Parts: sequence; structure tokens; C-alpha cells
Amino acid sequence: MPADRNFKIVTRLFGVENANRIDVAMSHGAYKRLQPAFAMQPQALVDEVKKSNLRGRGGAGFPTGMKWGFIPKGADTVYLVCNADESEPGTCKDRELLFWDPHLLIEGMIIASYALGCKHAYIYIRGEMIREAAVLQKAVDEAYAKGFLGREQQTAIGSVKIDLTVHRGAGAYICGEETALLNSLEGKRGWPRLKPPFPAVKGLFGKPTIVNNVETLMNIPFIVEHGGQKFAEVGTGKSGGTRMLCLSGHLKSPGVFELPIGITFRQVIDEVCGGTHSGKRVKAVIPGGSSMPPLDASELDVPIEFDALMNDPRIKPVQYKPGHNFELAPGKPLRAMAGSGGIVVMDEDTDIVAVCARIMRFYAHESCGQCTPCREGTGWMAKICTRLADGYGQPGDIDLLSSIAYGIAGNTICPLGEAAAWPMMGFVTKFRPDFEARLAQSRGLPPAGYHGAHP
Amino acid sequence: MALQFSPQAEAKISDLCRRYPNTQAACLPVLHLAQDEFGYLSEEVLELVATRLAVPSSHVFGVATFYTMFHREPVGKKVLMMCTNVSCMLTGAYETLRKLETRLGIKAGQTSADGEFTLIEEECLAACADGPAMICGDRYFLRLTADKVDAALDACRKLPAQHGHHPSHHSDKKH
Ligand SMILES: Cc1cc2nc3c(=O)[nH]c(=O)nc-3n(C[C@H](O)[C@H](O)[C@H](O)COP(=O)(O)O)c2cc1C
Ligand code: SF4
Ligand code: FES
Repeated sequence: MPADRNFKIVTRLFGVENANRIDVAMSHGAYKRLQPAFAMQPQALVDEVKKSNLRGRGGAGFPTGMKWGFIPKGADTVYLVCNADESEPGTCKDRELLFWDPHLLIEGMIIASYALGCKHAYIYIRGEMIREAAVLQKAVDEAYAKGFLGREQQTAIGSVKIDLTVHRGAGAYICGEETALLNSLEGKRGWPRLKPPFPAVKGLFGKPTIVNNVETLMNIPFIVEHGGQKFAEVGTGKSGGTRMLCLSGHLKSPGVFELPIGITFRQVIDEVCGGTHSGKRVKAVIPGGSSMPPLDASELDVPIEFDALMNDPRIKPVQYKPGHNFELAPGKPLRAMAGSGGIVVMDEDTDIVAVCARIMRFYAHESCGQCTPCREGTGWMAKICTRLADGYGQPGDIDLLSSIAYGIAGNTICPLGEAAAWPMMGFVTKFRPDFEARLAQSRGLPPAGYHGAHP
Repeated sequence: MALQFSPQAEAKISDLCRRYPNTQAACLPVLHLAQDEFGYLSEEVLELVATRLAVPSSHVFGVATFYTMFHREPVGKKVLMMCTNVSCMLTGAYETLRKLETRLGIKAGQTSADGEFTLIEEECLAACADGPAMICGDRYFLRLTADKVDAALDACRKLPAQHGHHPSHHSDKKH
């Protein structure tokens, strides 16, 4: 049964004064789950996580327990890396989680490290989060001082010592992609690696590695305390627990909320956020970070859950040209995805073409440049979409945009290519009249010296 | 005498290197440290980092140019990172950016004539629900609509300089 809206797992300390100080956190139960976890066999912990239906909160929704199970048996060195690079446009939950409850993350990482056989874990935190990095470092220092880190612990498999290092990024969206992150952590440029091998087999410093999102790891202590079964029951279908949702854009009361998995877009927008700030109708919603195809106003009664967003027939398939669905697998059209939990709401006055152009400029800027379809394609989409938004669209531009996107998707090393291609195709599929209207108003060729001035 | 890290930075570097199985992995943290010490990452600073970590300078150069937070040129005492990505755009970030540009007499990407501010148009800063968002050091300026720009700039002027800010490190580091 889905939890009620006040049920909290990862935001219990939000709003508590000095919650990120270890004494305050401990007075609210922090680190109490370590002893029970250490009393279990590591494999039993992995099984509990499998049972919990915890799915990765970084974007892909991959079952966490299954991922943990990919670590080869008997590996001598294993790494756990927390992905705190949060930079998917529209997503602002991990930053809040890090600020309010860093000790819950540390506790989750100690338990996960024990379960995985990791002796040194890393948190890769986004470079721009200067304030949060300081909070986190202080929390880690406190956990060392208390002996939760860096000291031998008695466990079911003997004495275990776990270290934890905070590693700051330096400004590059692509470092959120797990293999780029690992390269960056190794002191290299953040270039994604070809998969396979997957990180669970050959990851950080060539060793088996698990990369998990901040929110994912913060759910682990609850699973230890209450059992995987209970966590699964809190959720819906094959998605256990709650979900952090980030509501931004044209809303009366935007914010970051921990909500039951299964709440619908319309419920969140109207009941949690008080509707649009203008009182006008919703025109478009980005369902889970700007990489995801957008929804139109008729698609908002779908629950915000990984499987529902992929399969619910109320969400129209994304097309790569009129009448042709873009398929993820034969017979399986792309609809939408729950992604990172970043929900961006646009009211009916929104200039959709300008929004799409801004999103495309983002991906063009952030492409690492290794693959030609991504490097060139994102650049073209940004340029063409921007000129269309600025009133210099050329005949054929709309279909050209979709066909460039179609040429990128599936032809690149990492999913950034799709992250640009899906919303491009999605915006054209669902808001084609907006694109056509803009084209109809085109003033022709851009003037000399035009560089895409919009807005 | 050649460029050197301060003893405090040296101690931090030794500490950092112990946290990774090889020194190359300390590249990003040490570049951050170097930028804090010297203000920006000149060729000379990159050489220093390369020597200190015993990695090829070509590698350090490649890393320093990949990440947007590493400055290869001198920057203002404070860097203003103004997000214009989708959520912030919807709540007025471009108007804010234009106002910042007007007030500072520069375009995004430039440094004000008094050397106080470098203005950067940023991608999403993970503060979308409180957009338009701007970061200056460890301070966030949230719901920063154009009408709040003057007050924000006043507040930023009072903040301490970032990056240690030694634009003339060639002279003041010689001791
Ligand atoms: C371009 C790109 C950017 C990503 N950015 C992030 C990010 O900022 N934070 C994150 O947790 N995952 C991000 N991911 C997903 C990670 O690659 C990875 O799947 C995730 O960290 C795994 O953790 P989880 O299983 O707990 O979700 C990104 C993926 C791609 C392709
Ligand atoms: S898809 Fe884009 S971001 Fe990913 S590796 Fe290729 S060029 Fe780099
Ligand atoms: S879009 Fe501006 S902070 Fe996320």
C-alpha cells in the first residue's frame, strides 16, 4: 500500500535546526542502524535490498539490489561511489539532502560498503556545490572523530574498517554519467567509457565498483531498520519506498518534496504546489529532468513511477517523424520516463520553442565531444532550434530537428546523446503546432553576424 | 625562486594523496587547491601541479581545460554563477542576467573593470525550485528576479574574495 503523503524516509530532518551536526543527527537516530547491519552477513544485506524494490534515484531506475549482486564474488578490492553530481536541469533534491542530512548518507554508505566489501568509498560531489561540500566534509570529519569511519568495527565477518573521501568535481555535466564520473575521480577528463565492461566488473581504478545516487544510498538505513519487505510495501508495483520530487517552473508553491511513489503529476501540481503561479492552465511538463520527453496537459493523470511512465498508454508515443514512433525495442515506443525526479511545469503562455532551444543549447554545451553524432548533432539542434525560436526558421527545420535527433539516439557511447534526442523528438511530437506557428512567422534568413541571440 | 605551494597547501596535498591509490587521482582536488592559492591556473601553476603529483604536464593541462570551474585566465575577486537553464529561465533568469550585465557593464563571461566580479552564465545549479538561482562562493541567491539584482550585488561586494585571489602571485609568492 502506498504511503500517505506525510510518510518520510530521507527528509525526516528537513527543517530541524543544525540537523547536519552529528550530535543533533544522532539524537534523531543517526548511525543506529550500523550495529544491526554489521550483525548481518553481507549477502543477507544485499538480499534485503533486493527484496525492498529500491530502484536507483539517479535517473535510470535500475534495481539497486540487482546491481549490487553484479559484483564478482571474491573480488579483492571493491569500490562504492556516491554520485552527488546532480546537474540534470530541473533536479534539485540531492543538494537539499546533502545539506540537511549528510549523516544519513554517510550511514547508508557505511552499510552499503560493508554489504559490498568496499573498504574505501568516495562521494563525488558537484564542484559548484561549494556550500554542500563544506557541510559534507565536516560531517565526514565528525563521523571519523566518532569512529564510525576509519576505525575497526566488529561485524559478522570479523573486523572491518571503512574509509570515506569527499571528492569535488569541477564543472562538467557529463561527470554525472557514471563512467565519466569514474574517469573524473581518477583524475582524468570526464569522458564516458564504452560499456561493457560495466563498472560492477571493471570500474574505479579498474576494480569492481558500484555507483549509486545520493537518494538511493540514503534509503539503505531504513531498509536495515524496517526490512526490505516494509520498504517495498511503502511503494507501488516494482518501485519501493518514497520519491524525492523537485517541482519547479510556473508554480505557486514550487519546492522539493518527499512523496509516495504513485502520486500523479496532476496531484502534485494542484494539491502539493497549489497549481500554476498565474492560475493559468498547464501547457507542458518535463517529467524527470530535461533529458526526458515532455508531457502535454492531457497526460498528467499518470502516476510518477518508473514503469508507469514508460508503459502507460495515456502517454502518447514519441515520434521521429509524423506517423512514425520512436521505438526503444521492437513494438515498444518511447513514451516518457521518471528520470531524476525533476518536474518542470510550464503554463499556457510558455514559449515552448524557446524552452526547447535552451535545453538543446545545454546539451550542445555539455557534449564531451567523443562521438560525432552527439558532438555535431547536439550543436546543430541547438543552432536550428535557437534560430527558429528567434524568428529565423527555414522551411523544413522542424522535420530536420527530429531527424537529427533520430540520427543521434542509439549511436553514441553514453546516454547523453539520447538525453538530447529524446526531448527534441518529444517537443516536436507533442507541440508541433507551436513549432509550426513560429516557422510561419519566420523573418527569413538571419542577419549577418547573428549568433543565436535568443532570448 | 620558482612558484611554490604554501606549507598549509603542501600539508593538504600530502593528506589528499593518501586518500587515493595513485597521485593522478588527486588531480582535481589539487587543481582546486592551486586555484585557491594562486587565483587562476596559469601555465606555471599547471607545471607546479604536474611536478608535485608526478604526472605529465600535458595530462594536467588536458584536465584543467576540460572543467569549466578551472580558470585559465585571471578572474574577478568573486565569480557570479548565474543559472539560465530551463527552470530559472521560466522564472525570469534572462532578465536577471541582462540586469547583472547592465549593472556590471560587462557581458556574461567577462570581468568587471574594477576586477571585482566575473559573471558567468551557468547551467542548472540544482536550485531549480528556487529559481532564478545564482551562486557566489558558498552563498546562494535564490528567487533572484531582476528587481533584486542591486541588493544581491551589494551583498556580494561584502563577501570575502574567492580563490585566495593573488592576481600578482608572481611577485607576492617570492619569499
Ligand atoms: C548524461 C548523464 C548525466 C547523469 N547525471 C547524473 C547525476 O547527476 N546524478 C546521478 O545520480 N546520476 C546521474 N546519471 C546516472 C548515472 O549514470 C548512474 O546511472 C547513477 O548514478 C546510478 O545510480 P542509481 O542506480 O542509484 O540511480 C547521469 C547519467 C547520464 C547519462
Ligand atoms: S554521447 Fe556525447 S557526451 Fe556521451 S560520450 Fe558521446 S560525445 Fe560524449
Ligand atoms: S534550472 Fe536553474 S538551478 Fe536548475
